[in-house]
Amino acid sequence: MGNNPKKHAGETIVGEYQYGFSTETPSVVSTGRGLSRDVVAEISRIKGEPNWMLDLRLRAYEEFLRHPNPAWGPDLSHIDFSDIVYFIKSSEKVESSWEEVPTAIKDTFNRLGIPEAEQKFLSGVTTQFESEAVYHSTIRELVDQGVIFLDTDSALRNHPDLFRRYFGTIVAASDNKYAALNTAVWSGGSFIYVPKGVRIDKPLQSYFRINSERMGQFERTLIIVEDEASLNYVEGCTAPIYSADSLHAAVVEIFVGNRGYCRYSTIQNWSTNIINLVTKRALVESHGHMEWIDGNIGSGLNMKYPACILKGDYAKGTTISIAFAGKGQYQDTGAKMIHLGKHTTSKIVSKSIAAKGGKVNYRGLVTEGPHALFSKAQIECDTIIIDRESASDTLPRNVVQNFRGQIEHEATVSKVSDEQLYYLMSRGLTADQATEMIVMGFIEPFARELPMEYAVELNQLIKLEMTGSIG
Amino acid sequence: MSILEIKDLVVSVEGKVILEGINLTVKGGETHAIMGPNGTGKSTLAQVIMGHPKYVIENGEIRLDGVLLNEKTVDERSRLGLFLGMQNPVEVPGVTNFDFVRAAVQAHLPQGQHLRLGKFILSLEDAAKELKMGSGLAHRHLNEGFSGGEKKRNEILQMKLLRPKIALLDEIDSGLDVDALRIVGENVTAMKSPELGMILITHYQRLLDTIVPDVVHIILQGRIVKTGGRELIAKIDAEGYDWLKAELGIETWEEPEKTPVSLGTCATKKPGPLRG
Repeated sequence: MGNNPKKHAGETIVGEYQYGFSTETPSVVSTGRGLSRDVVAEISRIKGEPNWMLDLRLRAYEEFLRHPNPAWGPDLSHIDFSDIVYFIKSSEKVESSWEEVPTAIKDTFNRLGIPEAEQKFLSGVTTQFESEAVYHSTIRELVDQGVIFLDTDSALRNHPDLFRRYFGTIVAASDNKYAALNTAVWSGGSFIYVPKGVRIDKPLQSYFRINSERMGQFERTLIIVEDEASLNYVEGCTAPIYSADSLHAAVVEIFVGNRGYCRYSTIQNWSTNIINLVTKRALVESHGHMEWIDGNIGSGLNMKYPACILKGDYAKGTTISIAFAGKGQYQDTGAKMIHLGKHTTSKIVSKSIAAKGGKVNYRGLVTEGPHALFSKAQIECDTIIIDRESASDTLPRNVVQNFRGQIEHEATVSKVSDEQLYYLMSRGLTADQATEMIVMGFIEPFARELPMEYAVELNQLIKLEMTGSIG
Repeated sequence: MSILEIKDLVVSVEGKVILEGINLTVKGGETHAIMGPNGTGKSTLAQVIMGHPKYVIENGEIRLDGVLLNEKTVDERSRLGLFLGMQNPVEVPGVTNFDFVRAAVQAHLPQGQHLRLGKFILSLEDAAKELKMGSGLAHRHLNEGFSGGEKKRNEILQMKLLRPKIALLDEIDSGLDVDALRIVGENVTAMKSPELGMILITHYQRLLDTIVPDVVHIILQGRIVKTGGRELIAKIDAEGYDWLKAELGIETWEEPEKTPVSLGTCATKKPGPLRG
């Protein structure tokens, strides 16, 4: 390995495959470590993309170089971009061995009662996960109604015009350093198109995506909900996902047409070696409604602020989120609501928990623009700090640029109330059990928005995370 | 048969002594009433028996069936068979009454034994029916938005399901209308048995007409100053506590003096020169 003098040009550019596959799979499957124009171009070439996407990727790469790290929030200066593998062809993505998956993760799987096949998928031991018959019937029903549900790469190949009309128009590559990085090197993610008037009421889950790929490092999701259509989408699952990649930077773009409705629910639970930097944004036309149900339990450092741009009159945005920061974790999360149209309304409910030395921040931005007359925004952020080692900050920014707008902001930071503890303990619950119950109650406004099996898993997860947090 | 023994109990709150040597013994099958004016230490007694961390035992001991409770945690005391029906049950948002009561009942089962859910649901429904509580109450959040009467009935509901050995009911009659008081009274009376000792803390005769006590204690200034039978209740109801104070040579009870607090720029009508 590495000493072969007859390397061809492609290999010199992208480096050699890192993981010692046999010579029987000679094709280039990885771009190796580090990022350059050539690496970006190579990703596009491997995927066989149209020129406009190549150009877009290259422009995004320039943006990535141009942008410094954000001047606010957690320090990102330690990220070494030259030490990251930006692309591994997914069909030949290395399957880590089950033995390498940390015991803690396996324990969690077992305690959550996740079947072994699924456990292996979640830990990257297998890259394909088939959820059998259910998915075929689900997909059939949707396809008949004109719904498109694909991984993003396939969508670009199969629906190039539709794709091009929307891609990158709401989260531009120039938006921030990590949106630029994602645009330059994106791979995988979900693409959903719901035609006018089609209402998908049953939660649609990413499990059921055709050609399901494992969640990747630089996922790109694009969702278009046309006028009067509705979508209830659930991304990923609540189980912890182990990944050896250190940096994850995803972008999610959602369009909600007139009187359209979209709910996007996700619970991020990456292993704690991950830095997770996500740009999520929705554009909402008149009388449309976007709902982000956003849970953040995993990753070591997480920055995520789902946004709604309320463009049309009477557009509505909702974000209900929780963030849990345990040992060694830093959750910097929140929400953004940009009111542009008249009579637009928004609501943010944020619940944060810090335990075992974790740090959790709420960082929010609510703007009611000059034309957003009669707009109303409501922000409610509550934090519980479990012990003395843990910390939390609330960093809201609320701006009204007209004389007819309204913003209500409510924030609480508390310990677990002594009186509540006393009451529950007076009925025989131990301090741990009582604390757990109070915390479960605290996140109930979030949990009740999830599909039942997710809510159950979420509760179990938080309980596991909380175990032993009371002295 | 259980026995709760309190000997020479001295208790302080934030450095101030509230109880100055309480002696009290309650056995299974007995119902004791504790009466007395406001601020004499009745609720303190209930809270310190249960183990509220705010109350510090300076001296004396509390034993349940011989087990010293002084150093036991609140949940241990509960599992040993103690129950306190609170005067102001706290609200716990997001936790359903059902989940809470189930966890409480589970906590009282011997280690390793699991609650039989079907049986639990039936007994919860029965208890709710006997207390004439709406059927939706199980799925409402614990005490959140409950009326005063609902909160108190919910306390009795828990008592019915937890089957304590010694139950303290702290002003369980406050906030109850006549009908609710009768329902609570009937339910508590129905629980009377040789296995249950009760302490009722109250201001009013009303409660003691429905739950008839065997013994009546009167607390004044942190001490039990008189113990007697039911005749004491009628006398207090008719004459208040002044006769007792006179009998014992106690000065008329005075409300502790409240010092006015200046609220920054707010004008306070405080006599004397303004602080400058």
